Amino acid sequence: MSLYVAVALRSFRRYSTYTAATLAGIFTNSVFAVIISFTYLAVWRQNPHAGGYDARDSLTYCWVAQAMIMTVGILNVPTTDEVATRIRTGDVAVDLYRPTSFLGWWLASDLGRAAYHLLSRGVLSMIVGGLLFDLRYPASWWVWPVVVVSVSLGVVVSFALRMLVASSAFWLLDQTGVQQLSIVLSAFLSGLYVPLVLFPSWGRHVVLALPWASYVQVPVDIWLGHRSGAGIVSGLALQAGWAVALLLVCAAVLRLATRRVVVHGG
Amino acid sequence: MAEGLLRRARWDVRAFLMLAGMWTRVSWSYRTSFAVLTFASLVTTFLDFAAILVMFANVPALGGFGLAEIAFLYGTTSVSAGLADLVVGNVERLGQRIRLGSFDAMMVRPVGVLAQVCADQFAMRRLGRVIQGAAVLGWALAVVDVDWSVVRLVVLASMLVCGALIFTAFFVLGASFQFVSIDGSEVANAFTYGGHTLVQYPLTIYPRHLVTVLTFVLPVAFVNWYPALFVLGRPDPFGLPGWLRFASPLVALLLCALAGLAWRTGVRHYRSTGS
Repeated sequence: MSLYVAVALRSFRRYSTYTAATLAGIFTNSVFAVIISFTYLAVWRQNPHAGGYDARDSLTYCWVAQAMIMTVGILNVPTTDEVATRIRTGDVAVDLYRPTSFLGWWLASDLGRAAYHLLSRGVLSMIVGGLLFDLRYPASWWVWPVVVVSVSLGVVVSFALRMLVASSAFWLLDQTGVQQLSIVLSAFLSGLYVPLVLFPSWGRHVVLALPWASYVQVPVDIWLGHRSGAGIVSGLALQAGWAVALLLVCAAVLRLATRRVVVHGG
Repeated sequence: MAEGLLRRARWDVRAFLMLAGMWTRVSWSYRTSFAVLTFASLVTTFLDFAAILVMFANVPALGGFGLAEIAFLYGTTSVSAGLADLVVGNVERLGQRIRLGSFDAMMVRPVGVLAQVCADQFAMRRLGRVIQGAAVLGWALAVVDVDWSVVRLVVLASMLVCGALIFTAFFVLGASFQFVSIDGSEVANAFTYGGHTLVQYPLTIYPRHLVTVLTFVLPVAFVNWYPALFVLGRPDPFGLPGWLRFASPLVALLLCALAGLAWRTGVRHYRSTGS
């Protein structure tokens, strides 16, 4: 266990050295968050109770979603990109040699990265959002740790999906096609641009049950208090269920892949 | 002088086409990936537009504009931005090239540096965005209520061309900024892709001072908003002068000149990282 903690800590430290990239990222996230905020304001001005949210809820949703882009890894993230590159170049052989779990190693590394991105890009974007718009914050102190747990589960679900995409490189060599498709689906189905609660009735039930709902919608609903008591438990259970199921699929796929791995260059 | 400039431009365009053709053949060697990427590129803009459709499941209009009119705004900027991205989008990777030293290699080749930077790793699959944008625009044109005339058609065609030129200038300006700050690509993204996202919606949803900025400082409103007001036959909700509707070509020309100047200055003052 201490090994994985060490991997996570080093991953955290590694990403914390890219200060300029962090600041540039916060700037970009904020620009997009401002644009999306105005579109939400236009929607809620017309329909003040759309999706059971009010305007202030929707603005909070918008900024949390932007803060989650890098933390959860809604689009692409360097850790799993690195795995795909290592599969293509053959460096993955070194990873498979190690007397540790391949999946565990990279999950630890991704969690370390996510922790850094949460504390830097996540927190700072929220501060920018809080300064520019009137946002809503958790009603009581104990909601904060629950949100953190929910976000962490979201990271694990996202990691498992990104790992599956990276594993496609075992067969295709180049993951970019599958990755692009996955990014598109993930941006739409996680509710990065439009909250999932705005989907028309039948579609809403479907998208709220999919793994991508773990990325933004579940943590935000806990944050806003739209999920409380049993709602929190069912939300966390949905996330944990997807996390476990997808990690199992990952493990199975990796077992298949490593059986047929041929390292380029002999 | 003018003839030499013309000959050089022609040579650069030919070199660009040759390099772009080469990269298209390269991407074709990973066939599955190429097919999936092109498909993904098509789906991207579709889901992008689907987000707007989801909003319209909850409201009849945004900022006083209906779905057909917003599809018109969306389609025009998507075609323009898609064309610019296809041709010069790769310029945004300049910082990466400077860091890796591959930019230095380009400087010693007998082809314009800009043509090389744009053609390097040229991705034909980006055409998917243009096609999808054109599909949304086609649908918008079929359903939108417009009293078509020759002038309106000319303005429509010119707004697509001028929009593409404005985005091209933004891409090159953003890249020139990377001569100063190697890690600036994400900041540049905020302007190019941010600008594209901004004008997918009617500017009536933004506060007045932001619209002033988008007109006079970061003139992305000329990509589609002002010409669209003319094509759709709408009065300017912000009461700005009417001639702005026909100012897009001028704005595009000025921005391109500015971008060319910035790029030349960047190349002139470029010093290798030494790696």
